[in-house]
Amino acid sequence: MSAVSVQGLSRSFAGTVAVDSLTFDVERGQLFGIVGPDGAGKTTTLRMLAGVLPPTAGDAVLLGVSVAREPERVKPHIAYMSQRFGLYQDLTVRENILFYADLYDVPRGELPARMERLYRFSRLGDFEDRLAGRLSGGMKQKLSLSCALIHQPAVLLLDEPTFGVDPISRRDLWLILHQMVADGMTVIVTTSYMDEAERCDVVAMLHEGRLLGLDSPRVIQDHIEGSLFAVRGPDPRALRDLLRHTSGVRHATLFGDVVHAVTGTDITAVSLERMLIDGGASVDDVTSARPSLEDAFIEFVHAPS
Amino acid sequence: MLSPRRTLAMARKEWIQLRRDPRSMVLAFGMPVLMLVFFGYAISWDITDIPIAVLDQDRTARSRHLIDAFEASGYFTVVSRPERASDIDDALVHGRVTGALTIPPGFTRDLAAGRPAAIQLLLDGSDANTATVALNYSSAIAAGYSRDVLLQGRSIEAPATAETRVWYNPTLESSNMIVPGLIAVVMSIIAAMLTALTIAREWERGTMEQLAATPVHRLEVVFGKLLPYLGIGMFDVATTVLAGVLIFGVPLRGSILLLAAMTLLFLLGALGLGMAISAVLKSQVLATQVAMVATYLPALLLSGFLFDIASMPAALRAVSYIVPAKYYIAVTRGVFLKGVGIDVLWIQGISMVAFATVGIALATAAFRKRIEA
Repeated sequence: MSAVSVQGLSRSFAGTVAVDSLTFDVERGQLFGIVGPDGAGKTTTLRMLAGVLPPTAGDAVLLGVSVAREPERVKPHIAYMSQRFGLYQDLTVRENILFYADLYDVPRGELPARMERLYRFSRLGDFEDRLAGRLSGGMKQKLSLSCALIHQPAVLLLDEPTFGVDPISRRDLWLILHQMVADGMTVIVTTSYMDEAERCDVVAMLHEGRLLGLDSPRVIQDHIEGSLFAVRGPDPRALRDLLRHTSGVRHATLFGDVVHAVTGTDITAVSLERMLIDGGASVDDVTSARPSLEDAFIEFVHAPS
Repeated sequence: MLSPRRTLAMARKEWIQLRRDPRSMVLAFGMPVLMLVFFGYAISWDITDIPIAVLDQDRTARSRHLIDAFEASGYFTVVSRPERASDIDDALVHGRVTGALTIPPGFTRDLAAGRPAAIQLLLDGSDANTATVALNYSSAIAAGYSRDVLLQGRSIEAPATAETRVWYNPTLESSNMIVPGLIAVVMSIIAAMLTALTIAREWERGTMEQLAATPVHRLEVVFGKLLPYLGIGMFDVATTVLAGVLIFGVPLRGSILLLAAMTLLFLLGALGLGMAISAVLKSQVLATQVAMVATYLPALLLSGFLFDIASMPAALRAVSYIVPAKYYIAVTRGVFLKGVGIDVLWIQGISMVAFATVGIALATAAFRKRIEA
């Protein structure tokens, strides 16, 4: 049985569809990523899975319990970390963790060992008497994660946990997540960072409330039909604009100072370079590239479903 | 079903937050006594030392005797003795005096001849309450004076007089009536204000979304949040009762235990009401204002605290039946002044139980572990 089974999950707000009949399964012990731009419906989806927002249609079954019908029976076994910092700023690190330990009825005997372990992971031990409101952004997120993990949930739901977090804390957070998954926890995480999505076992790509693709990041990347070329030149913007008007090029996107162009299979690096030079552009080089998840995402968005 | 551990965790968390918020601490612990003292001194129906002007055109021993009678009563103070009648108008118009007593020439002569002797008291009716009281006082003084005149030099018994005696508040001091009622009014406001913040604050700060995702039961949240405020409310009533007794000298004749039990129930209702408002509005500013209006106005106007309910129009009288402060005021006045027990206050007891039940039911019904954007 899957840890999470989502069937036709939908939510509209005053007539606007935010999430449009999502269907997917998350296996036990999987690190499952939901990626998509802002407004794709990631937060709405996660809130419904957490049982804090009732779906307008469809259902999600977590650990065998329907979240639409019995949200309160799901909650003891899962943890949810909202995108906005949701802990008490006027409570200390320790007070916050103990509060959540009480709410989840963590056996008192096990509490010291669990806190010890979380402090080791999060390196928050030295700050346990500091008010949560006085922690840095990264430490706040680590505290939120600690509060979410204190009852050792079977399913962990994280809504953009690394949003606005410094790179060091970001790495720490991911190390903790990988450790939890290694211990058998099922983790569903939303992100708008593609490099983070690439760390997941399975990625669901969400756009305007609909599921565009669902597979391992590698398979999704290879899914791109046609060829991907990396084009370099002194004026990348001009190159991109020219590429967008070149026949045979499906779309062109700027990645730093490199332009990625997705083309039909009939085009080669040499023929593309010639077309660009014929178009009056100065080109340093054109190489065949391995598509990133981001390329795949853009390809999915542009593909006429 | 309800977990004591989760309920206590909520209570402890709420208490820690309260302790670290100076504004809430002042509201919780400072406001009630401050309001009691403030209102206690400001609201008074005891009218003494009414400033009057006296125009004595008779200028005899008898007319001076009458003026002395006015001053000796303690209700009037002669602040000016104008020479001409026109000066009286001026003093009244400018509000220097509230009344003007004129003793016409021939006052003593009429008395000596056995004819009725008229005196004139002009009163500033723009403050109807004070004018009425002054009128009653002056009639009584004049009547007393007349009797003395009639009885002078005779040995007969005085004509029949009524021996009136006022029970429970024999000196008719208004503070005896105001302070117990005021405790009820102040606690109505404070209790609802205290909890009006609690749930709205969690929505505003984003902590509710996290809390809603935990297995905590709605009742555990409501009871857990009520507990610390219930303790504070009881403390506030204790201090205001103490202030009433020590500062205003109000007698506490009845059972403190009965008062405590009734107070506990009343607070549960009022705190629950505040929490329900907070849960519905989800905004601290809005919830505080609504809680103010919803408790302050009825408690002040429709509870019988300031205005007699029996003389209100039928519609307002009907509304007053659902004003909890009305019943609680009956309790505080009854216990303070009359020393009555549950045998008399059982209707109020039932009302308090009903109010507590409704308050908690409303709070629980209004609070949802759901995000509705």
